[in-house]
Amino acid sequence: MAEILEIRWHGRGGQGTVTAAKVLAEAAMAEGKNVQAFPEYGPERMGAPLRAYNRVSVKPMTLHCQVTNPAVVAVVDPTLLDTVDVTDGTTPDAVFIINTSASPKELRAKMKLKKTQKVFSVDANGISIATIGRVMPNTPMLGAVVKATGVIKLETLLKDIKASFGKKFSEAIINNNLSAATKAYEEVKAE
Amino acid sequence: MPKKVAMTGNVAVANAMRQINPDVCAAYPITPSTEIVQQFSNFVADGIVDTVLVTVESEHSAMSACIGACAAGGRVMNATSANGLALMWEMLYIASGNRLPIILSCVNRALSAPINIHGDHSDSMGARDSGWIQLYAENAQEAYDNTIMAPRIGEHFDVRLPVMSCMDGFIISHSIENIELLDDKQVKDFIGPYKSNVPTLLDINNPVTMGALHLQDYYIESKRQQHEAMKKAKKVVIDVGKEYGKFSGRTYGLFEEYKLKDADIALVVLNSAAGTAKVVVDELRKQGIKAGLLKPRLFRPFPYLEVANALKNCTAVCVMDRADSFGGAGGPLFTEVRSALYDLPARPLMINKIYGLGGRDLGLEDVRKVYRELVKLAESGKAAKLYEYITVRD
Repeated sequence: MAEILEIRWHGRGGQGTVTAAKVLAEAAMAEGKNVQAFPEYGPERMGAPLRAYNRVSVKPMTLHCQVTNPAVVAVVDPTLLDTVDVTDGTTPDAVFIINTSASPKELRAKMKLKKTQKVFSVDANGISIATIGRVMPNTPMLGAVVKATGVIKLETLLKDIKASFGKKFSEAIINNNLSAATKAYEEVKAE
Repeated sequence: MPKKVAMTGNVAVANAMRQINPDVCAAYPITPSTEIVQQFSNFVADGIVDTVLVTVESEHSAMSACIGACAAGGRVMNATSANGLALMWEMLYIASGNRLPIILSCVNRALSAPINIHGDHSDSMGARDSGWIQLYAENAQEAYDNTIMAPRIGEHFDVRLPVMSCMDGFIISHSIENIELLDDKQVKDFIGPYKSNVPTLLDINNPVTMGALHLQDYYIESKRQQHEAMKKAKKVVIDVGKEYGKFSGRTYGLFEEYKLKDADIALVVLNSAAGTAKVVVDELRKQGIKAGLLKPRLFRPFPYLEVANALKNCTAVCVMDRADSFGGAGGPLFTEVRSALYDLPARPLMINKIYGLGGRDLGLEDVRKVYRELVKLAESGKAAKLYEYITVRD
């Protein structure tokens, strides 16, 4: 891991992207890491493209500028690939995790990735319908990001989902979210 | 036991308020400070604090209610941003003029127009002459710590002035970071129960009049007292910062010096941007360049003697302002620092950059450019421009 791992999330309002960045930060903190999670605030509305960021570091961090050169990019909504340049500013060895039913090979061609960059695909929409009962791609995306990057352990993530969702949701909903994250962790595909 | 958590600056400040447990909080929320009062109102609704939450119809009324409650003898807190602070304007002066130690959390945001919700210092900088003590914070931890120290500073008998505790909107208020929350009891013991040092409106055995008419006969004496109280606040800030360090492990002074002792070139910059600039200082030090940084914490009263002393050995200094004083000889921090250095026998060369207005990002490369300019300035002895905007389209 680089000294500071920078992650950029692309999603649409209402998909839980900001929550995903928050959960990842809290889980990484639970592993003793230093974290930041911050969304990019603009006109907030359902369905509008939005970005959120994470920084994870072993050492304490003082920088508070935007993330402009992420090493990890998580795309929570597949339709964004047609409207937003999700590769903008990414590092030469960046890792992309895309919510899509397309294969990593198809994605590489579509996104014109560098040979040194890696791409993973996961059908987070399909997984969330199967486990949660509706399209809620954020928890499966978290599972996929954890598998693709190794930034934290899956069990830490599951524990934090339980803790942060526990205040708001019933046990059934929490269990469905845990299944969603686990299933995506198992099913995320590299080339 | 202190607790390590990950939370936003706003939630951290709301927790500081919970631990302080003020008598009254009057609120009219505005972005980006909204979350403070939102969280705090949960604590009120859940019975975790004893505070009376007064919901009002404007920020002017919010500050008015705070003034009334504080004059009546209560410990009073509030939070606002930008136009909300601007609407409190009239009442800010009445709070300080009546020597009421109200605590206001100012989540820094740009003033309209054009309308903008993001972080800059135009709100609190505009209030710098309102007679409030002003503390600034780099991150969520400092915002939390300053909030806890604020009542001890404002309520001190030598001071009795309102305190504004500032942090950057969104950049800090809405970012989740690692912070350490003190134990509730530690805060309670540090703060102590509130008892006004002077008679209050509800003290029926010692009737007083507040806000009486002072014309040519007494007005200037009353302002003089404010002036003296403000001067005395400096020592109290130092003492409280030391005492806080004893049990929290985090000691605070008037400002932070980052690798400044032997620095040839230095930035003076407030709040979150100072954190970003520290990364560049570290880079430059690795390259053998003696770069340093001074991050003011106490802006009112401005510790001009100490600032001059800390910067006296620098060859070139750049002051970074996240607010403009249109038509002035530089931004508000610049004019202050430059004036502070005037009496030095040998003064550093100085330049001023206005940056980051309306939340415009200040990236590492932006800071590197400024330091590169300082290196050149130190060599050539000549500034191309005294005062200019950066992070801006030409």
